Amino acid sequence: MAASPAKTGAQATAAPIPRPPRGVFWNDPQVRGIFYQVVALALVGTLVWWLASNTIDNLSSRHIATGFGFLGREAGFSIGEQTIAYSPADSYFRALLVGVLNTLLVAVIGIVMATVIGTVIGIARLSKNWLIAKLASVYVEVVRNIPLLLQLFFWYTIITEMLPAPRDSLNPLPGWFLSNRGLKFPIPAHEFAYDLAMVCFALGLVLAIAISHWARKRRDATGRHFPGATVSAALIVGLPVAAWLACGAPLTFNAPLLKGFNFVGGGSLTPEFMALLLGLVIYTAGFIAEIVRSGIQAVDKGQTEASLALGLTKGQTLRLIVMPQALRVIVPPMTSQYLNITKNSTLAVAIGYPDIVSVANTTLNQTGQAIEGVAIIMAVFLTISLAIAAFMNWYNSHIALVER
Amino acid sequence: MKSRHFLALAGAVCAVSLAMPAFAGPTFDAIKARGQVVCGVNTGVAGFSAPDSRGEWKGIDVDICRATAAALFSDAKKVKYVGLTAAQRFTALQSGEVDVLARNTTGTLTRDTALGLNFVGVNYYDGQGFLVAKKLNVKNAKDLNGATICVQQGTTTELNLADYFRANNISFKPVVIEKVEEAVSTFFSGRCDAFTSDASQLAATRSTAASNPDDYVILPEIISKEPLGPMVRHGDDQWFDLVKWSLMAMLEAEEYGITSQNVDQMAKSDNPNIKRILGVSDDMGKALGVDAKWAYNIVKQVGNYGESFDRNVGAGSPLKLERGLNALWTKGGLMYGWPIR
Repeated sequence: MAASPAKTGAQATAAPIPRPPRGVFWNDPQVRGIFYQVVALALVGTLVWWLASNTIDNLSSRHIATGFGFLGREAGFSIGEQTIAYSPADSYFRALLVGVLNTLLVAVIGIVMATVIGTVIGIARLSKNWLIAKLASVYVEVVRNIPLLLQLFFWYTIITEMLPAPRDSLNPLPGWFLSNRGLKFPIPAHEFAYDLAMVCFALGLVLAIAISHWARKRRDATGRHFPGATVSAALIVGLPVAAWLACGAPLTFNAPLLKGFNFVGGGSLTPEFMALLLGLVIYTAGFIAEIVRSGIQAVDKGQTEASLALGLTKGQTLRLIVMPQALRVIVPPMTSQYLNITKNSTLAVAIGYPDIVSVANTTLNQTGQAIEGVAIIMAVFLTISLAIAAFMNWYNSHIALVER
Repeated sequence: MKSRHFLALAGAVCAVSLAMPAFAGPTFDAIKARGQVVCGVNTGVAGFSAPDSRGEWKGIDVDICRATAAALFSDAKKVKYVGLTAAQRFTALQSGEVDVLARNTTGTLTRDTALGLNFVGVNYYDGQGFLVAKKLNVKNAKDLNGATICVQQGTTTELNLADYFRANNISFKPVVIEKVEEAVSTFFSGRCDAFTSDASQLAATRSTAASNPDDYVILPEIISKEPLGPMVRHGDDQWFDLVKWSLMAMLEAEEYGITSQNVDQMAKSDNPNIKRILGVSDDMGKALGVDAKWAYNIVKQVGNYGESFDRNVGAGSPLKLERGLNALWTKGGLMYGWPIR
């Protein structure tokens, strides 16, 4: 904003200056500009060409295999946890896909949890309650200033060293077992009622979004308020529950059972996944808390005072006046934190979580094709990061100040 | 004027880039000029390669590095050690970061061909086994159905493990960890039911890393063949020859009874083979491009293969491994030095 008057001023003064008399062509600033750009482009091009041809020559002179043909070959190694079916008889491509999905799983859950925890702690830092505010600042200072890798080792050691063996698992809730093999819990058995409930849940979500759109439009047009939040919540919770009740409210669970070395059946979270998620969430929440705090403090105090003077409650002030303005400060640095979570998930290799880097490391080691392996890792992270950045940029423009 | 200078400069830069040779010079000459062998070793497996309490690297693999330096520079100390994880090792050798990889590495067809590397010879015949806690009451590897198994990343071990369980139609959960130290500590924390690796490494792990070695047993099954030995990259046969014959000289010395203690008396021996090995009667070093006393220096400074074995992994070490397959062929083993003539 501050820059624009200066800019227009400069343009205004630049326009009337007459062009200097034409001399030889290399004294023409425009010709020179083009010439320098061509030279710079040629230099970069030469460098890239030289590096590429050097690499290809070196590879072929040492008879190192190249190309992506290996992706179709049988991988031959197994992977500890997977979201899609995978066996050692599958191809390298599928193995890498398992790795990508594992990375996405930890990144997506990590982003959601870190945002929630970070926001709560950021608001807590501004609390008038001395104890809450101090506890929140201690949290932020401690987790921000310890390297993430150390924190991962810390959580992993806590889980594997402190927790008992599967045969003496902790049993906090019926059917839930916590041991150094991870958390095992009952999951709903596959039944029609549960499938129907899931469909109703999705339906409720879609309806809720549609209703909130409609309610906003109506409010903008007529000024009349519609209790969108209450109705949405009722739809999202009510529809699946109604469907479940309509099917006779079945309660069958697939519970974990100790058999041989380990638990069989039920759902499970491995120590590697828990340690990685815990480490990423707790670390990043510290940064997000600071971003949220600074965003809220960036909103002028007069806004709050004006809002209260107009008779809005404190909650309404935070929700309708302060947060929308704070978000514009919060969202851009938040994007960096989301990218950081995704990229930091590569530390998984240290504690044995099979993310894309871990799987690609094994792949490039078994095939010897390091350049291709590293290129795949880079392509995967570039794609994920650009997707996150694109989404956040869209969201940022969505919440930007609407000028009328 | 300025832009003309710039043009000339740009042209010069282009010309230089185009004229640059696209491959590195032969390894042998580069090492000689550098005055030091750069040797890739394991980050820490007792008996194979690990730094001792004074920070000096010790082990049967380390002795290979020292032998090549003794042959090339008449000084076994002229070695720089680079600790590598299993996942880093081949890239380090391919890219020229190390000259030779002596890091308990198994020779396989893919590694010998598609990776652009050459397997020099075998300095330890090994096989993959399982280490388990005694209290689990596991008697053999087939009892491991459903077990969680810790394994180091980027090894043939990872593939053999999957092969073995597939072949026997039983299941397992791998926990794959990059550094061997982390994999071992994860196993001892109880995260895994078994730790799998080469049997020699299991013995080293059991005796050095377990709080009470008697609580752990190595299962009787050996599920794979693991010929371990040094590797070099394609492209310099002279260097390949030197590493290979340094290993052969250690084996030949053992066969003819030449040790680091008696090498000076042996040099006066009448046996034509011994005289040839020690460079008394014939200069075998010339063909290798090194000093005539190359094998003498190896035996004097590093010792013969048997001495290296005993000191690092055998009776004279905490590991107390049997010679087994690694005995000389004359004593029922597979170690067979080629004639130096």
